[in-house]
Amino acid sequence: MSELKVSEVSKSFGEKKVLQSVSFSVKEGEFVSLLGPSGSGKSTLFHLIGGLFTPDEGDLCLGGENINGKRGRISYTPQNPSLFPWRTVLDNVVLGEELHAKPNKERARTMLERAGLAEYVNAYPHQLSGGMRQRAAFVRSLLSPQPFICLDEPFSALDEFTRLDMQKWLLSIWEENRKSVLFVTHNIEEAIFLSDRVLVLSSNPATVKQEFTIPFERPRREELVLTEEFLKWKKQIYHELRGEE
Amino acid sequence: MEVEGTAPGSTLMIMKKIVKQGWRPVLVVVLLLILWESSSRLFAIPAWLLPSPLTIMEEGLSSWSNYAHHLVSTTKLSILGFVIGTSIGLLIAILLHLMPRVRQAFYPLLILSQNIPIIVLAPLLIIWFGFGVLPKLFIITLVCFFPVAVAALDGFRQTNAEMKHYMYMAGASKWQVFSKLEFPHALPAVFSGLKISATYSVMGAVISEWLGANQGIGVYMTLAQSSFRTDRVFVAIFFIMLLCLLFFSLIIVLEKFCIKGRAEQEAKS
Repeated sequence: MSELKVSEVSKSFGEKKVLQSVSFSVKEGEFVSLLGPSGSGKSTLFHLIGGLFTPDEGDLCLGGENINGKRGRISYTPQNPSLFPWRTVLDNVVLGEELHAKPNKERARTMLERAGLAEYVNAYPHQLSGGMRQRAAFVRSLLSPQPFICLDEPFSALDEFTRLDMQKWLLSIWEENRKSVLFVTHNIEEAIFLSDRVLVLSSNPATVKQEFTIPFERPRREELVLTEEFLKWKKQIYHELRGEE
Repeated sequence: MEVEGTAPGSTLMIMKKIVKQGWRPVLVVVLLLILWESSSRLFAIPAWLLPSPLTIMEEGLSSWSNYAHHLVSTTKLSILGFVIGTSIGLLIAILLHLMPRVRQAFYPLLILSQNIPIIVLAPLLIIWFGFGVLPKLFIITLVCFFPVAVAALDGFRQTNAEMKHYMYMAGASKWQVFSKLEFPHALPAVFSGLKISATYSVMGAVISEWLGANQGIGVYMTLAQSSFRTDRVFVAIFFIMLLCLLFFSLIIVLEKFCIKGRAEQEAKS
């Protein structure tokens, strides 16, 4: 029961309308990307789903329940890993779980091992590289009890090589769990490579402009990025994003 | 990607560092003492005006049994006052932080409490509470709570916004945000406050003893002063400094123990 339905959601801050009747859905076990330019209201949308704000109009439903203004219904990976410097990696990744129940440290250990962080279980965040920190942040949201994961441009601060490694890693981990994922990014390739569907947002105010269903089979391989087919999708989405054609 | 020294290794490193860098201040102090000693011999300064360091040391060693009980009494008083004062300071900070409106109402009062001259307040306290331990603790508490309260309040407020954002998105309650994020985040600030309070507590104890007590370094000092035993005044000053230094280092040790994962990071920057 982790289907997210966003229907006709609008939100303004003062005079400025940020979201204009945004509607979309994320089905159980689906990986959906929201693609839009910076400042297109993606973060506001996340804050609404996270329950930090309530929408002016429209409804957000998760698993059939209205979650307007309800916090803690989703698990979240922020843009910046936001690991607590005084906690070890192990204590950091159980934080999301700890907020709602007694944490299961054994499960966390296993998960860290699979994330390639076995040696760093008892290390502190400053001893990790940027990519490792972001992996730990994602493990933290995987371990959280909520079945729906929101990722807010998690790889935008990483260099190109690390980013590709992280994307592959994310997919491999995700395919084992298949929690529903909403992934926000401004990188077209990243969106196509990872997602089942890509939603293109327009800006000022944001609304869902176009929806693309990506047909590539899973598990996906790195070489996919270089195929003609992939490039065709990239062009199409690029034009949509720029408002041409 | 490198893993820097684990906890026990780094404490050893710090010890080595202290020994390595410690000779500089020691050298300065020794040089100053030599200068003092030689000048008081050269210009034949009378001992009641400014005794030489050697005279002071001699007095300190020979009459240890005369003032040891004063020392113990002041130490006890400072520690008790420090514990009460800083606990109240921390408690006030937590309450004011969790209740922003109360904070707005009481913050000016907090600052005003520090503008009361202790010398004026002390006679009043003695009128109200007599010569016992209560007015003394009151004075020490008054000087000790403020540094901790202000440091903790600032520490709570300066919590990393992104971490706080994560906590709210993940559904943390206000108390969880405080206990799991804001409080540990503010610990370094709290410890800065504790260090200041530690030195204030000794001063507060001595001042409170001046105003009326039957034992303590403050009493010893007043007696020495009124009988022109300047050497004893200096002995008292020496022990006050020593006590402050001891408290200060104790807090630093405690800080090293409590603050994990950040010490090395800060040392780097």
